[in-house]
Amino acid sequence: MEKVLTTHFANERYRRMDTYRQYGGYEALKKAFAMTPEAIIDEVKKANLRGRGGAGFPAGVKWGFLPKDLSRPRVLVINADEGEPGTFKDRVIMTRGPHLLVEGIVISCFALRAHASWIYIRGEFIREARIVDEAIAEAYAAGFLGKNILGSGFDLDVTVHRGAGAYICGEETSLINSLEGKRGWPRLKPPFPASVGAFGLPTIVNNVETIADIPWIVTHGGETFAALGVEKNGGTRLIGVSGAVNRPGVYEFSAGVNLKDIIYNHAGGIKDGKALKAVIPGGSSTPVLRPDEIDVSYDIESMAKIGTMAGSGGVIVIPEGTCMVRALSVLMNFYAHESCGQCTPCREGTGWLKKIVGRIEAGKGREGDVELILDLCDNMMGRTICPLADAAVMPAQSFIWKFREEFDRHIGEQKCPYGNRF
Amino acid sequence: MSVAFSETGRAEFERLLTRYPDGKAVILPALHLAQKEFGYVSDEAIVYIAGLVGTSPAEIEGIATFYTMYNRKPVGKYHVQICRNISCSLLGAEHLIEHVSKKLGVRPGETTPDGKFTLAKVECLGSCGTAPVMQVNDEYHENLTVESIDRILDNLP
Ligand SMILES: Cc1cc2nc3c(=O)[nH]c(=O)nc-3n(C[C@H](O)[C@H](O)[C@H](O)COP(=O)(O)O)c2cc1C
Ligand code: SF4
Ligand code: FES
Repeated sequence: MEKVLTTHFANERYRRMDTYRQYGGYEALKKAFAMTPEAIIDEVKKANLRGRGGAGFPAGVKWGFLPKDLSRPRVLVINADEGEPGTFKDRVIMTRGPHLLVEGIVISCFALRAHASWIYIRGEFIREARIVDEAIAEAYAAGFLGKNILGSGFDLDVTVHRGAGAYICGEETSLINSLEGKRGWPRLKPPFPASVGAFGLPTIVNNVETIADIPWIVTHGGETFAALGVEKNGGTRLIGVSGAVNRPGVYEFSAGVNLKDIIYNHAGGIKDGKALKAVIPGGSSTPVLRPDEIDVSYDIESMAKIGTMAGSGGVIVIPEGTCMVRALSVLMNFYAHESCGQCTPCREGTGWLKKIVGRIEAGKGREGDVELILDLCDNMMGRTICPLADAAVMPAQSFIWKFREEFDRHIGEQKCPYGNRF
Repeated sequence: MSVAFSETGRAEFERLLTRYPDGKAVILPALHLAQKEFGYVSDEAIVYIAGLVGTSPAEIEGIATFYTMYNRKPVGKYHVQICRNISCSLLGAEHLIEHVSKKLGVRPGETTPDGKFTLAKVECLGSCGTAPVMQVNDEYHENLTVESIDRILDNLP
C-alpha cells in the first residue's frame, strides 16, 4: 500500500535535513510557492483530509473559517499534546520524521497567510521537543524558515512551546490559554479560534498528523490523497495498537482499513493466545466495542454508524480475563483527575463516576448504582464548556451497556470476581 | 533566600521573550527553566518569575499549581513516574508499581529518606505501544518488566 508518512521512518537519519531532502523533502514547499494560497486550500479540500486529533473535522473546511480580511495577523498552532490514553502516534512523527511536520507547517502557513506558528508539545515529551527543535533549527539554517523563505517574500517563525502535564490542554481552546501562559481552562465558544484565538488573533489549531500530511497532498494532489482512503475520509492514517496484542505499535493504513484485520493480522492477534474481550477503538474516550462488532471499516463514518469513533487512532485491545469494572475504574480516575473544574456537571460528575465505579470494583457497590451512573451520564452529556465531560461519559455508558453483567455481578457478590487485579 | 537564573538560563529567558507577541506567554517556559535550574518551583522561584514577567506571585502560583509537572516541593534525585493508565495497566503496571513501592519502601507520592527516589503514579505518557512505561526525570523507559525496572533503578548513581 502507498504510504504518506512512514515510508522512511525505519531510517534513523530521516530526522535530519540532509537525508529528508535526499528523499525529496522540501520539494513540496517549492511546488507550493509556485501555487496560490487558494489553490493549496483547494487541494486540501479535495483531499478529504479529516483532522487526526480526534474530532475528525475536515481540515480544508476549517481553514476556510479564517476571516477574509487580512488586517489582523493569523497564526497556526500545532496540537502535539498527545494526551488521549491509547494514543502515541504523533510522537512517532516527531521523532522519526520531524521535517514532515515542519515542511507541512510552512506550506500550511503560506496557504493560510500566517507568519507565526507554535507547536504545543506535551511537557513529558522532552526528547521529542528537542528533536523537533533541532529540525526547526535546520530549517532556519537552510532558509526554509525565517525571512523571505526561498526568495518568495514569505516570512515565517515557528516555535516549540512545551506543556506541563494536563490532559485538558489537548482541547484546542485550553491549549490556546496554555500557550498564552495561563491555566489551561477551555474557553466558551463562540468566539471560535478562527476569529479570536491565540493572542486574540485568528487561529487555526491542527493536529501534528493532519499537518504532516500536507506536503504529500501538495506533491501528489488532493484527489490522489483522497483515493488512498474512503469516500469522505481521505488518505492514510497512523493507528496505534496497544494492550494485549502480539505486535503493538504504530501502523500506517488506508483510512478504510478493517479494524479486525488491524488486530488479528497486522498486530499479530491477541497476546498469549487468549480470546478477545473488548476493543476501545479510537483512544480512551471512544465507546468500547465487543468482539462481534469489530469487523468494520475504521473510517470515521463507518465507526460512527456502529456508535463509536475512530477518534485519535488509538486501538486499545482488552483480552479475556480482564475485569471490565476495573478497566473502567482506571479511566474514571483519569477523567476525574483531569477535569479542569470549571463546569459543575463535569467537576462533580467525573468525581461521582470515579467514586461509584471505584466502590463497585471494591465490592461495596449498592443496589441501583448502575442506574445512578447512567443518570449521572445523562446529566453530564452535552452540558459543559468543552467535551471532556462527554469523553468521560462515553466509556462509562458503553462499558455498562455492553458489559452490564460484570457490574451486576460485582454488586451481587459484593466482591470483584477477578480478585481486584488486571 | 532569593533565587536567580544562571547566565545561560537568563539568556534562554531573553530568547523566549522574542518568540511570543505577549510577554506572559513565557510563564510556562520560565517555570520549566526554574524547575531545571533550582530543582523545583519554590516560593522564591515564583516571586522571581513574577518579577521577570511583571505580574503578581499569586498569578504565577495559580498557573504553577494547575500543571502537574511543576513540583512545588522538592522531589528526590530521581523522580520515578510510572504510568497507571489503561494500556500500561493491561500489561502489568499495577504490579510494577507495587513492586517498586516495596523495593523502595515508599508509597506513590513519597520520597525515600535518603532523598534519592520519589515514586509517583502518573497518567498516560503517550507511549502505550511500548507499555508498561515509566519516566525517570527526563527519560522514558519502555517495555518494562520487574527485571528491567530493577536493573534500571539499581544502576542509577
Ligand atoms: C479533552 C480533549 C483532549 C484533546 N486532546 C487532544 C490531543 O492531545 N491532541 C490533538 O491533536 N487533539 C486533541 N483534542 C482535539 C482538539 O480539541 C482539536 O479538535 C484538534 O487539535 C484539532 O486538530 P485536527 O482538526 O487537525 O484534528 C482534544 C479534545 C478534547 C476535548
Ligand atoms: S467540561 Fe470539564 S474539563 Fe471541560 S471546561 Fe468544563 S470542567 Fe473543564
Ligand atoms: S497508558 Fe501508559 S503510556 Fe499510555
